Amino acid sequence: MIALNVNGKSYQVDVSGDTPLLWVLRDHLGLTGTKYGCGVAVCGACTVHVDGEQARACITPVSSVGGKQVTTIEGLSAQGDHPVQKAWIEVDVPQCGYCQSGQIMAAAALLAKNPNPGDADIDTAMSGMLCRCGTYQRIRKAIRRAADMAKGA
Amino acid sequence: MSIEPANPGRRQFLKSSAALGGSLVIAFYLPRTMKFAMAAEDPAKTYPPNAFIRIGEDETVTILINKSEMGQGVYTSLAMLVADELEAYWSKVRVEAAPVAPVYNHTVWNIQATGGSTSVATSWEQLRKVGAAGRTLLIQAAADTWKVKPDSCRAENGYVIHTPTRRRLSYGALSAKAAELPMPAQVKLKDPKQFKLIGKPTRRLDTPAKTNGTAQFGMDVQLPGLLTALIARPPVFGAEVKSFDAAKSKAVAGVVDVVQVPSGIAVVAKDFWSAKKGRDALEIVWDRGANADLSSAKLREDFARLARMSGLPAKERGDATGILAKIAKPFSAEYEVPYLAHAPMEPLNCTVDLREDRCEIWTGTQFQTADRNRAATIAGLKPEQVELHTTFLGGGFGRRGNPQSDFVSEAVHVAKAVKKPVKVVWTREDDIKGGYYRPAFHDRLTAGLDAKGRLVAWTHTIVGQSIAIGTPFEGAMVRDGVDVSSVEGAADLPYAIPNIRVDLHSPKLDIPVLWWRSVGHSHTAFVVESFIDEVAHAVGKDPYRLRYELLTKHPRHRGVLELAAKKAGWGSALAKGRGRGIAVHSSFGSYVAQVAEVSVEGGQPRVHRVVCVIDCGQVVNPDTIAAQMESGIVWALSAALYGEITLNKGEVEQSNFTDYPILRIDEMPAVEVHIVPSREPPSGVGEPGVPPLAPAVANALFAATGKRVRSLPLSKHDLKTA
Repeated sequence: MIALNVNGKSYQVDVSGDTPLLWVLRDHLGLTGTKYGCGVAVCGACTVHVDGEQARACITPVSSVGGKQVTTIEGLSAQGDHPVQKAWIEVDVPQCGYCQSGQIMAAAALLAKNPNPGDADIDTAMSGMLCRCGTYQRIRKAIRRAADMAKGA
Repeated sequence: MSIEPANPGRRQFLKSSAALGGSLVIAFYLPRTMKFAMAAEDPAKTYPPNAFIRIGEDETVTILINKSEMGQGVYTSLAMLVADELEAYWSKVRVEAAPVAPVYNHTVWNIQATGGSTSVATSWEQLRKVGAAGRTLLIQAAADTWKVKPDSCRAENGYVIHTPTRRRLSYGALSAKAAELPMPAQVKLKDPKQFKLIGKPTRRLDTPAKTNGTAQFGMDVQLPGLLTALIARPPVFGAEVKSFDAAKSKAVAGVVDVVQVPSGIAVVAKDFWSAKKGRDALEIVWDRGANADLSSAKLREDFARLARMSGLPAKERGDATGILAKIAKPFSAEYEVPYLAHAPMEPLNCTVDLREDRCEIWTGTQFQTADRNRAATIAGLKPEQVELHTTFLGGGFGRRGNPQSDFVSEAVHVAKAVKKPVKVVWTREDDIKGGYYRPAFHDRLTAGLDAKGRLVAWTHTIVGQSIAIGTPFEGAMVRDGVDVSSVEGAADLPYAIPNIRVDLHSPKLDIPVLWWRSVGHSHTAFVVESFIDEVAHAVGKDPYRLRYELLTKHPRHRGVLELAAKKAGWGSALAKGRGRGIAVHSSFGSYVAQVAEVSVEGGQPRVHRVVCVIDCGQVVNPDTIAAQMESGIVWALSAALYGEITLNKGEVEQSNFTDYPILRIDEMPAVEVHIVPSREPPSGVGEPGVPPLAPAVANALFAATGKRVRSLPLSKHDLKTA
């Protein structure tokens, strides 16, 4: 049994330690908001936070997160009202929506570190996050909006 | 506003709402006289109990959407059509995926399906009439209650109001009574001036669910005891299993079973990771079959050879061949585009719960009727014993509408073998290597100019696999041997050239091919709009001007072209090293012009700005149109810069986003979208933004560097200027 803490809750799961965190979240904890897109950490759809740092759940062995705090899209805010989520709704970012949990988690991690990112900061921080629908222009806008919201604007 | 995801509980919900009958729902059947309701099955005898609208006592208006939401915004735009005419209060509107039934068939295709950028165009009349019928019934119910004439009442934002006395009743209060009334024989549609939602920027109804992790995609379906299967598919198209040894696979903890199905060997496990490890451990000996030596290099040679011979005629006007034979220096060029994968962000998957007398399927599909019927055949059931739930689609782009129902069929086969609920999941590698690509094409064009430099003759030979021949769509798509989707955008060349010949070779190969966002236009626009640019430069004319002059009979082409040139500042000075390119193309009933601004950095193209103008007739949701133009541009730019599926020794060489890259945010150009106001009927939006992008970029690269790129992807070319 492996112990882990996700979104403030403690779990015990019966999986081998090499199982990627992604599949523990999805198949064992029923937290399907975190997505599988590539399995090799190049698309970002599986992005979660581990102790506040963004991590690619598809290549993170579950054995490596014991004792750490894992946050998924389901736990980013209680009511889906994190400034990034609110900005995403205001700007109407998602299309198919499949990559957006990862995009939002990456954007939230960026803003936690850099509350006032410039365009270049946004592009650099988000360049590993693929979106096949091409919502990039709106992601840029929504991150700028979320930064303003967080400052109370 | 919220979305009801298709989930295991929904079947029960629909059953219970059926049992409650008129007390909670308005059973709006479409009038039986409307031709779109007349499918093979009698809608009255088949599921569901109500067609498009349900009004609850709590005032919620649930609209059932008969098209798949794959990002293009139909859950919002189609709901807008109903809600506007219904006079529903928009914040009380919810949407739900329609089940499979004839009443939900596509109004033109007569199957339940989403594609061809047709959803709004073909639902425009139908869904407004559905909404207007609802409004009429609610007004009648109120008039009956008040014992007044219906025409003294009006509907507004979820209420019926008796105009002289200002009495009002809410839709929730009227729904039970309205449900008892017969369908009105005729309904009156709003004058466009009365539209409250249609034409106004409207936020998507599915956004909240797509920002908090609750949106349910096929991949997210969970059932008690659900197993996960991965399938080892042939390394070469058409290869077959000679033998396999499942011992090591079965030894992997969590693996439940290993079964052979027509598409390969399925490893069934309690979760994805066990199935993956089990599949990695599988030992299979393949008979590599007839395609074991297939290579892209050889195919390109074969295609090039065919392009020098005349094919089946697709368009003949005047005597292009005869005139070109008499011209001293005809102007020729050859173009090539590669096979392309759709690579939707959500890898393919399908969940099947197959029982003795029924089958339930959950998947993100564009082809409900075909998939359900195929599943029934495999399961040995009647179609009505198969219940298919459409989830959100994590991208479709054509890949999830397969006449062969590939990802649904194999999941039913696996479920049949293991006799337990199972979800078949494709890995990204399975998706990239698994076929159903946009076909590769080789095109040869020749233009003839008269003594005054006027374009008098044009021939265009196209070589590429047909996506229709050998499929159930052959009858509808192939005419006199010509697959119309191979020549669309070329055979209907809009330019005023007196002599034109377009012909086609459709080599038969075992590489699975399929429609890919914008279908034939994805290749013909690149070829035609690049070549016309070449002609312009050859005769020393401005590429915009030449197009404009040759579009004498096409005012809507001209309209978008002119506006795009104006908005982009065509002809104005650019920073050193930058170039501007223009292209215009009509597809799916719409007209799009784009101007790209590019430079070259380290020998590679960099697209800085794209100005896009679309004329898609009557606008429903302008924000969705803008989003779809942005989306089409990114889609097309990914393909133009990087997209390429190649074969070597029969095997696909690409496997994941590492070697099949797509555009990243730091490569995203500034995109500006302008929509031409129009009262023409609405036309396509999901695909028409794609075709003009590649030629606009290639033309811009020529302007910037003097190098003409005639094959994609662009990343294969060194564009360094000396």
